[in-house]
Amino acid sequence: MPTDKRKIPEVNASSQADIAFMLLIFFLVATSMNTDTGIPRVLPAMPDENQKTEDMDVRERNLLLVFINTYDQIMVGGKPMDITQVKDKAKEFILNPANDEKLPESEDTEFDLPDGTKWVYPVSKGVISLQNDRGTSYSAYLQVQNELMRAFNEVRNEVARAKFQVDFAELPEDVRNIVQKAIPLKISESEPRNVGGKK
Amino acid sequence: MAVMKKKGKKEVPAISTASLPDVVFMLLFFFMTVTTMRDQEVLVQTKLPSATEVQKLEKKTLVSYIYIGQPTKSMQAKWGTSPRIQLNDSYRTPQDVLEFVASERDKMNENERAQMTICLKADENIRMGIITDVKQELRRANALKISYAASKTLGYE
Repeated sequence: MPTDKRKIPEVNASSQADIAFMLLIFFLVATSMNTDTGIPRVLPAMPDENQKTEDMDVRERNLLLVFINTYDQIMVGGKPMDITQVKDKAKEFILNPANDEKLPESEDTEFDLPDGTKWVYPVSKGVISLQNDRGTSYSAYLQVQNELMRAFNEVRNEVARAKFQVDFAELPEDVRNIVQKAIPLKISESEPRNVGGKK
Repeated sequence: MAVMKKKGKKEVPAISTASLPDVVFMLLFFFMTVTTMRDQEVLVQTKLPSATEVQKLEKKTLVSYIYIGQPTKSMQAKWGTSPRIQLNDSYRTPQDVLEFVASERDKMNENERAQMTICLKADENIRMGIITDVKQELRRANALKISYAASKTLGYE
């Protein structure tokens, strides 16, 4: 039969591109590409009302006070300071390389490494206390947070490199947790205060 | 010998567009995999501060967002320019944070609730007062894992 020999006409595919473009534009509009990044932090738990407020027994040498005032000026350990100096000051405070009397004391602690050996590291008892005013700008506050975080990260990196010959980020997770315990992230944020009066 | 004879008029053949759909589909699949759905409209202006020690927020389902900043231009006529807190799709007060955290927590699986992270997206120019209020409320709501949203830079400006 003549109809059997007739070829089936090809489907016109020229509009396929238009359809695909439409879909593409829809996804471009409806979605966002940015992955969120941020500085992770854990807030202190709210003190229980029934619980008596016990005085935190922190000796003066173990405390580094970082204060940012209404005008975004930074004071670290009683001295006014530029943002660029904060990190080194914090690092010195965490490490206390020269065993200075005025810098925090440390306690030798033994850690069990996953390969079975022991590792003794002097864990610092230092606490960095961060205080800000209600009038402090958010960017200044975050910059200081960032500098403190950077100090801790650099110290961890240095310790990891000295002990394990690799960067902190490249350590296996169990070892990384031990290094994290050896250099605990101790940043305390005190109860808010209002000094500057600017809202 | 055959002599190639040049014809006076030779039309340039039309470029085949048969592979155009394939190219576009490739682009489409790229965008489908790389991007995420925009979940809510942001009603405040947030120019994020920049920092060097930022970390990526891992699981999106565990993250709830609190936006703090000036209302956007179109909302300023009604709401003014003082910084506001946006929870879900409306402006709220710090006192509403407690309820917001509770409802966000309800949406999660029971075993994931401990890992809930609150991402604070605040404008860099606002004052700490409003953020401190929110932080105090978050402490009260026992949502202690937070992340200060910041964009990545390489150093001092």
